[in-house]
Amino acid sequence: MNFRRMWTIAVKEYVQFFRDRRTVMATMLMPLIQVVLYGYLSSDVRYQPTVVWDLSQTSESRQLLAAFTNSQYFSIKYNATSMHDVVSRIEGGQALAGIVIPPDYAKLLHRKQSPEVMVAVDASDATAARTSLSVAQAIGSSLSGTLVIKELKMNGVPIPKIGVDVRTRAWYNPALRQEVFIVPGVLALVMQFTMTFLSMSTIVRERELGTLEQLVVSPIQPWELMLGKMIPLITIGFINVTMILLLAVFWFGVPIAGSLGLLYLTVFIFFFTTLGMGTLVSTIAKTYIQAVQLIQFFLMPSMLLSGFIFPVAAMPPALQALSYLVPLTYFLTIVRGIIIKGVGIEYLWPQIVLLLLLGLAVFTTAVLRFRKRID
Amino acid sequence: MNAATTVRAEALTRCFGDFVAVDRISFEIQAGQIWGFLGPNGSGKSTTIRMLCGVLEPTAGRAQVLGYDVARDPEAVKLRIGYMSQGSSLWNDLTVEEHLRLFAGLFGLYGAAANAAVEEWIARIGLAERRRQLAGSLPGGYRKRLALACALLHRPQMLFLDEPTAGVDPVSRREFWDIIVGLADEGVTVMVTTHYLDEAEHCHQLAFIYGGRIIARGSPEALKRAPGAGVTVEIISKENALLLDAVENLGYVRSASLYGSSLHVTVENDVGLAQLRAFLDARGIGPAESATITPSLEDVFSGLVTPAGVPEDHPA
Repeated sequence: MNFRRMWTIAVKEYVQFFRDRRTVMATMLMPLIQVVLYGYLSSDVRYQPTVVWDLSQTSESRQLLAAFTNSQYFSIKYNATSMHDVVSRIEGGQALAGIVIPPDYAKLLHRKQSPEVMVAVDASDATAARTSLSVAQAIGSSLSGTLVIKELKMNGVPIPKIGVDVRTRAWYNPALRQEVFIVPGVLALVMQFTMTFLSMSTIVRERELGTLEQLVVSPIQPWELMLGKMIPLITIGFINVTMILLLAVFWFGVPIAGSLGLLYLTVFIFFFTTLGMGTLVSTIAKTYIQAVQLIQFFLMPSMLLSGFIFPVAAMPPALQALSYLVPLTYFLTIVRGIIIKGVGIEYLWPQIVLLLLLGLAVFTTAVLRFRKRID
Repeated sequence: MNAATTVRAEALTRCFGDFVAVDRISFEIQAGQIWGFLGPNGSGKSTTIRMLCGVLEPTAGRAQVLGYDVARDPEAVKLRIGYMSQGSSLWNDLTVEEHLRLFAGLFGLYGAAANAAVEEWIARIGLAERRRQLAGSLPGGYRKRLALACALLHRPQMLFLDEPTAGVDPVSRREFWDIIVGLADEGVTVMVTTHYLDEAEHCHQLAFIYGGRIIARGSPEALKRAPGAGVTVEIISKENALLLDAVENLGYVRSASLYGSSLHVTVENDVGLAQLRAFLDARGIGPAESATITPSLEDVFSGLVTPAGVPEDHPA
């Protein structure tokens, strides 16, 4: 291992990278744009457009609708005048929920009977529908409870203080802000994407240009060549991460709870796995297009299996086992742990060690696969 | 191995799948020689050079360069040779100087040694004024000279040049060859492939490869005078084009081609020559307009490669 030879390659790569202004701009801005776009991705189901057919038109029915609006999950957008109207709004996708209040709603309440209110939800998206339905249920029972208490009070019956008092606490993200969870994940995902794509072209581009032959016939060793090409990419990666973190803190208002030093150290380890993956593909592919196609076999499953979208714990055992082969799985746990929970190496060391091992394995495979031959 | 032998190939073979690109070729190159490797496209020239440079593994046979086996010790070979590959070997987004610095670093030249080597070669290839110009914007001739300088920066004892002057104008080609001849005078051994047979005249030794086999070899002079070279007649006539069509179909004519205003016709031997004379007489072309000449290398090689078949390797 000759470090000066490695540095010679690094200098070449730096010069080439910074020479092309458009590439520099694209590499610096693309991750930021992606973070902003993904950052607003949200599984939040609040303010669902709702269509209402209020046949009662009484102060009682308006009180019920106010309860729905106040929950923040339903936003009354349309007033229907027929069942057909309600259905067509939902079928047309303008409304995601429909509320129908019967004509005898107030009358039944006064007679101390239970009127039936229909809440229909577009359950195409099962997760969102589940939330809306349970919120609607809760509004119903809360309203009933209030009515019962009012009735008992009016009759002079003392209210017994029994029942289970569930006190909830939202740890780490007390305001339940979706972006606090999303943004650190996006940081990991975007860096995986950027790093693999940058490293993917390293070898295959030289091969396509015919310049690889010139390098291969020089005394440079595979380790020196690969690491030399990695150094500028790692620099670029750290610039990207720093810009994303600034964006997270100052734009999305996501505070970094844990150690910044540990965060950068684990980012560095993560770079090795992603750069190693890109380089590996680069040594296998004959053309850049082929490399782009090959990398999809890695990028797509790793996004789905890593826990970025679906929690790993909720996956079937076979997929869970697969997810442990994905570096992003570990890195997601690490970044979320450091940024959101503020935990340190005492909790994260198993993930860090496994990430390091995966990185070494992938990178070593890439170097060993690269033979100083032209075929 | 003779101390003066720089390259020795023994039954060197390379297959790509079923295709035999290089078929058991053997040759030696002596130190300080310019050794020309000729042959049509796809005949195995580049494949041979790549094996000798240690970047392509031989399928069979063996080769030694500067005493090192190319299959067993390719890195030792790479340290001591210079190689200029066919086609583009430059990075379009690096400048002249950056190229030289890159190669200096790759071959272990740093600091003052690197500066000295870079300055020397910038001056030697006449690119001092273009040192900050991107290689991508250099004219063809300059590109080739830069590529040559990159291959020579570390002062190799052996230089492999694969079609170094392809697509270069005649003036640049001349300048390029002046550098090559100068290198040989300094004791550098050069193996060069080319399509230009006028360039082949600069070589001390030539080998002609066809279909993966060497079919002729020797010095340019010896090749022209070899019995196998046949007899070439230069015909001056106003109807050369018409005559070419007629002559080509004659059984005893090995090859015929136009050279500016004259037509060169090569026949196997004196018997063929007599037949040709009779044919020409009938068309009113006498000995005055059809003199026997020393064949050019082009005549020799167009005679070697005929549809009739390829002769076996015969040293001239």
